[in-house]
Amino acid sequence: MFEIISRLFSKDNSGSKDIAKERLRLVLVHDRVNVSPQFMEVLKDDMIKVISNYMEINEKDMEVSLTSSNSSVALVANIPVNRMKRNITVNEQ
Amino acid sequence: MGEVIVITSGKGGVGKTTTTANLGTGFALQGKKVVLVDADIGLRNLDVVMGLENRIVYDLVDVTEGNCRLRQALIRDKRYETLYLLPAAQTRDKNAVNPDQMKQLCLDLAQEFDYVLIDCPAGIEQGFKNAIAGADKAIIVTTPEVSAVRDADRIIGLLESEGKSNPKLIVNRIRPHMVKKGDMMNIDDIIEILAVDLLGIIPEDEYIVVSTNRGEPAVVNPTALASTAYKNIVRRLAGENVPLMEMQAEDGLLHKLKKIFGF
Repeated sequence: MFEIISRLFSKDNSGSKDIAKERLRLVLVHDRVNVSPQFMEVLKDDMIKVISNYMEINEKDMEVSLTSSNSSVALVANIPVNRMKRNITVNEQ
Repeated sequence: MGEVIVITSGKGGVGKTTTTANLGTGFALQGKKVVLVDADIGLRNLDVVMGLENRIVYDLVDVTEGNCRLRQALIRDKRYETLYLLPAAQTRDKNAVNPDQMKQLCLDLAQEFDYVLIDCPAGIEQGFKNAIAGADKAIIVTTPEVSAVRDADRIIGLLESEGKSNPKLIVNRIRPHMVKKGDMMNIDDIIEILAVDLLGIIPEDEYIVVSTNRGEPAVVNPTALASTAYKNIVRRLAGENVPLMEMQAEDGLLHKLKKIFGF
C-alpha cells in the first residue's frame, strides 16, 4: 500500500527506458560478434600483425574474447610473448 | 516491373501481419495494384486479418508444386479492386518451399503487380530465408521493447549477410504517455541503437484489435489513429516526403484518473 502511495506522489520519475537502452547496448555487443564468427578471427589476425612488429608471440596459445560484467563489456586478450624484438625502428615523421 | 517488399521482424507478435495487411490495403486505396503473399507456411494468418479466410481454394505451395496456376491461387479482395492475396498453406511446413521457388514466384508476381508485399514468419530459419529470397527491399517491424529491438538487430545482420542491405524500420505500438514519462524507449533511442533508416511510427491503437476482429484492416477507417500512420508509410514507400506523425501524449485529468483507477 505504501508503495502505491509513494508511486503516486513520487517526483522521482527517472524512467526505465534508460535501463532498457543500457541492457540492449550490452547484449548487442555480444550478439553482433556472434552473428559473424569470422569477426573475432579477423580481429585476432590484425592484432597478430601489429604486435609481431614489436615482439614474437605464441599465436597458437593466444586467446581473444569478450567478457562482460554488469555494466561494461571488455575485450580481453591473453597473448603469450616468446621474445622481444631488439631493434624496433620508430618512424618519426 | 513491380517492387517486392518483405515485412520481417525476427520476434513474433510485433505486428508483421497487421503491418502487411494495412500497407497492402493502403496501396490499394491509392489505386495501386498490390498482392499480399503470406510466407508463414503452416501458420497462416494474413487471410484472417484480411477477412478472406473463407475464400481460399489454392495456396502458395499449390503454386510452387504446380497443382494450380498462379492466377488460380490469387484471391481478389472484393472490397478493393486492385488488392489480391496469395495465402500460405496451412497443412504443410516451411520446408515445402525453397528460396529458388520463392524467387521465381516473386518475379512472376512483380510482372503483374505494382507492389508485392511478403509477410515473413517469425524466426530466422528456413521460413525467413524463403520469405526474403525474392525481395528487393526489406521492412523491419519492431516495438519499443528490449526483446523486439534485439531481434530486429539480429535480422538486420542476417539481411546484410544475404546481400539485402539498407532495410527500413517501422516502430510499432508506441505509447506516447509512456515515452513522455521515460518508461518507454523513444524513436531516437531505437534508431541510435539499430542504425537504420526510419520508415514510420505506429502509435498503440485499440482499434487494431477491433479491425482484426472484423477482418477489415484499420487503414480504411479514417478516424483510427493507426490509419493515418499507415497511410503515411504507404506514401513514403511510393516516394513521397511525408513528415513523421506527431505523437500526442494524452495527459489530461481524465486520462490520469483512468490510469490511477485502472479502467
